[in-house]
Amino acid sequence: MTTSAGKTIKVDTLARVEGEGALYIKYAGQQVADVKLKIYEPPRLFEAFLRGRHFSEAPDITSRICGICPIAYQMSAIHAMEKALGIRIDPAVRLLRRLFYCGEWIESHALHVYMLHAPDFLGYQDVVAMAKDHRSTVEKALRLKKAGNRIVQLMGGREIHPLSAAVGGFHKVPTKSQLRELVEDLEWALQASLEAVAWTAKLEFPNFEPDYEFVALRHPEEYPFNEGHLVSNRGLDIDAAEYEEHFVEVHVKHSNALQSMLRARGSYLVGPLARFNLNFDKLAEEARQAALDVGLKPPVRNPFKSIVVRAVELVFACTEALRIIREYEPPAAPRVEAPNHAGSGQAITEAPRGILYHHYSLDENGLIVTAKIVPPTSQNLKRIEDDLREYAVGLATWPLEEATWKCEQAVRNYDPCISCATHFLKVVIERD
Amino acid sequence: MRILCCGNRHRGDDAAGLLVADRLRELGLAAQTLSGEVTEVMEAWRGAESVILVDAVVTGARAGTVHAWDGRDLKACVRSSASTHGLGVGEAIELGRTLGQLPAKIRIYGIEATQFAPGTTASPEVEQAAEAVAREIACLAKSA
Repeated sequence: MTTSAGKTIKVDTLARVEGEGALYIKYAGQQVADVKLKIYEPPRLFEAFLRGRHFSEAPDITSRICGICPIAYQMSAIHAMEKALGIRIDPAVRLLRRLFYCGEWIESHALHVYMLHAPDFLGYQDVVAMAKDHRSTVEKALRLKKAGNRIVQLMGGREIHPLSAAVGGFHKVPTKSQLRELVEDLEWALQASLEAVAWTAKLEFPNFEPDYEFVALRHPEEYPFNEGHLVSNRGLDIDAAEYEEHFVEVHVKHSNALQSMLRARGSYLVGPLARFNLNFDKLAEEARQAALDVGLKPPVRNPFKSIVVRAVELVFACTEALRIIREYEPPAAPRVEAPNHAGSGQAITEAPRGILYHHYSLDENGLIVTAKIVPPTSQNLKRIEDDLREYAVGLATWPLEEATWKCEQAVRNYDPCISCATHFLKVVIERD
Repeated sequence: MRILCCGNRHRGDDAAGLLVADRLRELGLAAQTLSGEVTEVMEAWRGAESVILVDAVVTGARAGTVHAWDGRDLKACVRSSASTHGLGVGEAIELGRTLGQLPAKIRIYGIEATQFAPGTTASPEVEQAAEAVAREIACLAKSA
């Protein structure tokens, strides 16, 4: 039997992640000597080509960074611009933005829970292989994702790279009857999500609980999407405007993606675990009870259990979408006009895989002078390497093939979007 | 007969399917354009008896080579790598088959692609191939 000790775990192309990357873990005897998450997808230079463009173009340009979380990019860009321009939006528009985000969370979490992460736990190479033995589960996943797609399509005009969100509101808002057409699908999706919580909770989880600093938005009244203070379990409590005082992006030689760190304390974790642990009291009652029913309560420190937390967030997103649809009254106008003037604005919103920071400065003509974007995967990259450094120790005596499988699974705990961060994943485990 | 054309206009030869759609529309035929994301493709063929699906493919042949396959006979479907989370047209066909959701008739036209650089347009060889594929589909549509 070939074990990991003294060898290298090498995955040249990581599968079931968004974008292109590789994982390299080198063992010296039974010790982990080196871990590198190599992001070789070329940099995409979005921040550079935003300069000189009008602020109104930022939502549609930045949404092109990602095919799976375009709404997150639109929302962070829009909120940052509205802050720079001093725009206040209609409360109905605010609700519609939360509904739009529910659509993206449902699409993204349904895809990741069932089609990308579940095959790891069940021992299948991919969802196609899994579908042969778990037909009804995969059919459910497709239908659940479709429920999210329908929200995005209605709100954004199309499923991929939606178009209607704008600085000040939306180009076009739905009617009450259009929203009511979503209810039947969402009620089904809510039941399917409750089943997803019970189903994922029965999976087998490795015994692994690092001491994380969790970072997420926190809002006084809501589970966070678009607004709130940035908080952590170690005392961080800041406004988006203070983000750069506390966080720094570092270039490492082996990666085209920058790694974000807390200036004071290094790596940190963003995404479902962080949101759940820091905002459990703000979950909708159905979601909170679904978590408690399977014994899930904060703090959840096992990153492999992120699959259950994503399912809980599916329950939340469906519940929240249904609430918004029930309460919706169209705004007096789809958007408020946004006049050109100089300013600077920062915003953080909660993409499915964690916080997304945007910062823009504008000149008097409303043209972008500087742009800074820190995607969730950049925020998690250092933490993923730290997880692997700890987790790989316990795999030193494992057969190499199984150790490699487990390490890939550990990366997928984060549902990384490497396209965003450089904007795919290969694993190498090396042993002497 | 439903015609589904997949691709990305801003990634070189990956535009192949969309170029076929452009030409079909000029010829007065309805063609649906898709990004190629797995659930989008499976949704697009839902309820259709007969489907023609066009996409760029990589088999190692020279640029612009046209492949035509019966989708129901395509045993080892080429997997996607450049699509969202690696789930694209290839996985849609495999999943469709496994779940019994493939259309009764599905003909696939693959146009060999060799370059996918961001911000580039399709090569002349792929443009010519798209024209030829559009004409063939138009003939099939007339006889259908």
